[in-house]
Amino acid sequence: MNIHEYQAKSLLRQYRVTTPRGEVVYTSKAAARVAEELGGQRWVVKAQIHAGGRGKAGGVKIGNSPAKIAEITDQMLGSTLVTAQTGPDGQRVSRVLVERASRIEREFYLSMVVDRDAQRIVVMASAQGGVDIEEVATADPDAIHTEYIDPGVGLVDFQCRKVATAIGLGKKTTSFTRLLKRMYRLFRDLDCLMLEVNPFIETEDGELVALDAKMSFDDNALFRQGDVVELRDFDEEDPKEVEASGHGLNYIALDGSVGCIVNGAGLAMGTMDAIVHHGGRPANFLDVGGGASAEKIANAFRIVLQDPNVRAILVNIFAGINRCDWIATGVVQATRDQEIGVPVIVRLAGTNVEEGRRILDESGLELIQAVDLDDAASKAVLAAEGVPA
Amino acid sequence: MSVFVDTDSKVIIQGFTGQHATFHAEEAMNTGTNVVGGVTPGKGGTTHLGLPVFNSVAEAVEETGADVSGIFVPPAVATDSLLEAVDAGVDVAVIIADGVPVQDMVRTKRYLAGRSTRIIGPNSPGIITPGECKVGIMPSHIYMKGRVGVVSRSGTLNYEAVSQMTALGLGQSTCVGIGGDPVNGTDFKTVLQAFEGDDDTDVVVMIGEIGGQQEVEAASWASQYMSKPLVAFIAGVSAPRGRRMGHAGAVIAGESDTATAKLDAIEALGHRVVRNPADIGDTVLRAVKETGEGAGTGAS
Repeated sequence: MNIHEYQAKSLLRQYRVTTPRGEVVYTSKAAARVAEELGGQRWVVKAQIHAGGRGKAGGVKIGNSPAKIAEITDQMLGSTLVTAQTGPDGQRVSRVLVERASRIEREFYLSMVVDRDAQRIVVMASAQGGVDIEEVATADPDAIHTEYIDPGVGLVDFQCRKVATAIGLGKKTTSFTRLLKRMYRLFRDLDCLMLEVNPFIETEDGELVALDAKMSFDDNALFRQGDVVELRDFDEEDPKEVEASGHGLNYIALDGSVGCIVNGAGLAMGTMDAIVHHGGRPANFLDVGGGASAEKIANAFRIVLQDPNVRAILVNIFAGINRCDWIATGVVQATRDQEIGVPVIVRLAGTNVEEGRRILDESGLELIQAVDLDDAASKAVLAAEGVPA
Repeated sequence: MSVFVDTDSKVIIQGFTGQHATFHAEEAMNTGTNVVGGVTPGKGGTTHLGLPVFNSVAEAVEETGADVSGIFVPPAVATDSLLEAVDAGVDVAVIIADGVPVQDMVRTKRYLAGRSTRIIGPNSPGIITPGECKVGIMPSHIYMKGRVGVVSRSGTLNYEAVSQMTALGLGQSTCVGIGGDPVNGTDFKTVLQAFEGDDDTDVVVMIGEIGGQQEVEAASWASQYMSKPLVAFIAGVSAPRGRRMGHAGAVIAGESDTATAKLDAIEALGHRVVRNPADIGDTVLRAVKETGEGAGTGAS
């Protein structure tokens, strides 16, 4: 789960990490008011969308009067921001963060992630801040310093001093150590997967400030992170994916024409791959999970069919914890209760497969049955191309 | 011999009296697994499926001599159950739950230092040595005793691969589901090492997916130290970048995380790779034929 920059900064402040003073606003009038209240001569308006790459796309602008801040906000609100990370459709801006502009002496990069290969939380820092860190990693990997955290003892002071020295903050080790340890505490307490401050800055007054902030949280830990769950913004997510997750389905929209209904994430990916292998394109990833009821299957059909590009639906079930007879009943019900309008290819295997096939046979519905994965993928691709079965 | 579990394994089930645990414990017992009891805190002293129920894992181990625990509890309490199993000193702890917080696993792996338990999972279908021992949720009837070792992240892809093999008469020595989470108890390389040392395994199949470098590291180890042929498939050639594909660990973070990049790397290391998941069985058959007469078949 991702959150907005202004929410991430609010969490950082709760852990006593300094951020620029500012406020999120939803109208240009409020933007001007906030600028006046903050005082100073220059302010920054930052579009609040989850995707990165806002600066280059015009989502971060500076103004030197409250009237100018109102004008910038007016232009930003309601506009659609297309960044390198939003995809071609972009993301609509419905709120902006107005902050007092900082006087920057130096910029740095700082992040923490759960490193899956090291199986540890890792701190990454660089003196090259405010730029795309992936570019730095490619062009000059030595410019990024990493420090792995032993969960038994946590982040230790000497590690913070090492990082500070490595990025040229050797004269500010005390305040940097404090900052880094606070960030680590937040990361651990709130079950973060990623926390990125790019840039964090040293101001002309020598203060260390988080100028930007990006956080994502472990979905598996949300059951114990009630305050984090409150920060979820459904407008930033695909409405079909949100609806699907409400039905216990894991759905991701893609751009092809073969709709997929599969059990298990691995087989769902494998099914997509088999479709591609046969020259087709999957319209979606969909895992119905374990314990797939007839109702779940019906919901899966409905969600897949909301995509107008779908020309055929492939149901591929290898029942372990599931049962083929339940799935077959669900398929029969779904195809009776809703207007399907495209060919449906069904491949069943595993627990209670004979019973499942019998239910499909006796339904009298025009379902195309497949004997194995290869057969299923090839039939689905042909059907999506309009070749009669 | 097989790896990690066999006919000598004494299995307890944590969360024993729950619905899923009951179903899968019964199925395992019916196919030869030596289940010796279970744990459900608060229900100690009762019996379930004709077996003793204990309040703690330590007690269960003490009373039954169990060396393997199958953990069938919900994700929110799974880490607690897992640590309890490790503390009780079981040799193998299999954790099925999908939804264990990743930082819990980071801490659990640290807790393992200096202890001897092998953790399989989380988010795992379990482990099966056909005809001898099953700890997990896989449908036993698709498995067949034989000489191909299988290791996968995903449960359903494991079933898919195994059913292709079984249909061709290729039985399995042991099938290990290491689970779809980014931080897991046992990685691919460790399982390959175990298969290399197993006299009952002739060929090894590794079924990975997008995300991370575990498969490539394992293949790299294998090209230097493994004498047995390795067949690899990586799911997710068609997966978009930056999206979590069902499994918590299945996300492409960088170029080297893609299925194609991993397949290319593994192929370059000299192993057989499968590009279409429907071809896993055929590819294993070719590998088995090249290793010699009768190897890998169900005949034993």
